[in-house]
Amino acid sequence: MKEAIIFENVTKTYPYYGYVTAGFKNFILHLPKAIKNTKKRFVALDEVSFKVYKGECVGVIGKNGAGKSTLLGLAAGVLKPDKGRVITKGRVSPLLELGAGFHPELTGRENIILNGVLLGMTKREVEKKMDQIVEFSELEEFIDQPLRTYSSGMVARLGFSIIAHLDPDILLVDEILAVGDIDFQKKCMDKIMNFRKDGVTILLVSHNLEQVKKLCDRAIWIDQRKIKAIGDPDEVCKAYSSLLACV
Amino acid sequence: MSSLSYYKDLIFVLTAKEIKVKYKNNFFGYIWSILHPLSMAMVFYFAFKFVMKIPLKNFTLFLISGLFPWQWFSNSVGASSTILIGNASLIKKVNFPRHFIPLAIVLNDLFHFVMSLPVIFGFEFFYKVSPTLAWSYGIPLLILTQFLITFGFSLIVSSINLFFRDMERIVLIGLNILFYLTPIVYDISLVPERFKTFFFLNPLYPVIEEWHGIFLKGFIDWRLYCISLFQATAIFLLGFLIFKKLSWKFAEVL
Ligand SMILES: Nc1ncnc2c1ncn2[C@@H]1O[C@H](COP(=O)(O)OP(=O)(O)OP(=O)(O)O)[C@@H](O)[C@H]1O
Ligand SMILES: [Mg+2]
Repeated sequence: MKEAIIFENVTKTYPYYGYVTAGFKNFILHLPKAIKNTKKRFVALDEVSFKVYKGECVGVIGKNGAGKSTLLGLAAGVLKPDKGRVITKGRVSPLLELGAGFHPELTGRENIILNGVLLGMTKREVEKKMDQIVEFSELEEFIDQPLRTYSSGMVARLGFSIIAHLDPDILLVDEILAVGDIDFQKKCMDKIMNFRKDGVTILLVSHNLEQVKKLCDRAIWIDQRKIKAIGDPDEVCKAYSSLLACV
Repeated sequence: MSSLSYYKDLIFVLTAKEIKVKYKNNFFGYIWSILHPLSMAMVFYFAFKFVMKIPLKNFTLFLISGLFPWQWFSNSVGASSTILIGNASLIKKVNFPRHFIPLAIVLNDLFHFVMSLPVIFGFEFFYKVSPTLAWSYGIPLLILTQFLITFGFSLIVSSINLFFRDMERIVLIGLNILFYLTPIVYDISLVPERFKTFFFLNPLYPVIEEWHGIFLKGFIDWRLYCISLFQATAIFLLGFLIFKKLSWKFAEVL
C-alpha cells in the first residue's frame, strides 16, 4: 500500500509567550528575562512517527491539550516541525475549522467563493459548484444575506457545504462534526463516508469515540506528547476510555 | 490546474474581499476615500496660503497630487499592523502563501488610488493644466515604484507586529512623522540646502516628488526615478525576506 501521510520523528515545540508578544516596551523593560524566555520552548509533540496509507481513515484521540490539533496543523503544512519530517502526498484539504476566513460583512454566496478559493479551488470551479453547494447547505433563502445575520449553526452548515464539494486527496478534520443540528450532522457523516468510498485519505480528530469506531480504520491515541497507542479503533478507544474511567 | 492561475484567483478574491468590505461598511465608501485627502488638502491650503502666506503656484494641485498617493501609502501601512491578527483563523488553519494577505491590503488601497485619479485630473482641468504624453507612461511607472515601497513596508510592519504587538502604535507615530518629513504639504525648494541630502534617506521623498513633477510640470525626472526605483526594490526585497523568514512562525504566535 502507498503512504499518503508520513510523520518521521516529528518534534514540535511552541514558544513561551509573555514578553515576546507583549511588545517592544515590555521586551526592552525585561530584556534579560525576555531573551532567556525566547529560548525556552514548550514541547507539544515529541518524536512522533506514524504512517497513514492511501484511502485510510485514521482517528486521532486524546485529552484536551494532548497535541491533536498540532498534529493536524503539521499535516496541513501551517506548522513546521522543529525536528523530523512531515510528508504528505496529494492535495491536502485543511478543514481544521469550518469557515476559516469567512467575513461577516459578505453574503453567503460571496463567502462561498472566498472560502472555496482559500481551500484550494479555482474561482471557476467554485462558481461551477455554487448551486450544488447552496443546495447542500439548505440555506437558499439566506444565501444573499450578509453572514453576520446567520446563526452559528448556519455558518457551520455553509462551511461544511463548501468542504463537501472539495476534491481532496487528503482530508484533515478537526472536531467539526459536532456542530449543526442532528439532521445536518448525519449529512456530514454521510459525506465523510462518501469521501472514504472515493478513496480520500482522512485524518480525523474527534472526542466522540463512537464516531471514531464507526468511521475509522485505525486510531491514534496521543498522550503526553507521544503516541500512546495506535491500531484497531475498538482497542485503542477501549484503552483510552478505561484510562479515563480510572481517573 | 496550474498553480499560477490559482494564485491569481486567490489574490483576486482576497483583494475583492477588502474592496467589498470597505464599500459595504459605509455606503459612501468611494466618496469617503476621496473626501479624506481632499479635506486634508483644504486644511493645509488654509494654513499655508492664508495663515503662513507661503507663496506657491498652483498650491491646490500641489497638495492634491501629493496627498492622494500619501493616502495610499499610509492607509496600507497603517492597516498592515493588525492585518495578520485579523486573519488569525485563516493563518492557523489554511496553508496558502501568507504574503497574499498584506498584498490584498495594498492592492485594495491601490484600487482606491486609481479610482481617485479622475479627481486629480478634474483639478488639472480646472486649473487649466493640460495633460502631457508623459502621463501615459509616467503614472504607471510611478504606481509601480510606490507599490513596491508600500508592499515592502506592509510586509515588514505586518510580520513584526505579530512578535511585538505594540508595533501598531509605533507605526502610527512613524507615519505621522514621515508625513511631515516628506515634502507633501511644502515644496522641497523651501528646505534649507544643508538638510536636503537627508531627504534622500526617506524612500517616500523621491516618489512624492515625482508625483508632484508629473502632475504639475508634466514630466518625469529620470534621475530621481532611478533612485526611487532602486530604493523601492531594496525595500520590497527587505520586506519580502523578513516576512518569509518570520512567516513559518505566524501560526505559532497567533
Ligand atoms: N500557538 C501555541 N502557542 C503555545 N502553545 C500552544 C499553541 N498551540 C497549542 N499549544 C500547546 O500545545 C499543546 C497541544 O495543543 P493542541 O491544540 O494540539 O491540543 P489538542 O489535542 O488539539 O486539544 P483539544 O482537544 O483541546 O483540541 C497544548 O498544551 C497547548 O497549550
Ligand atoms: Mg484541538
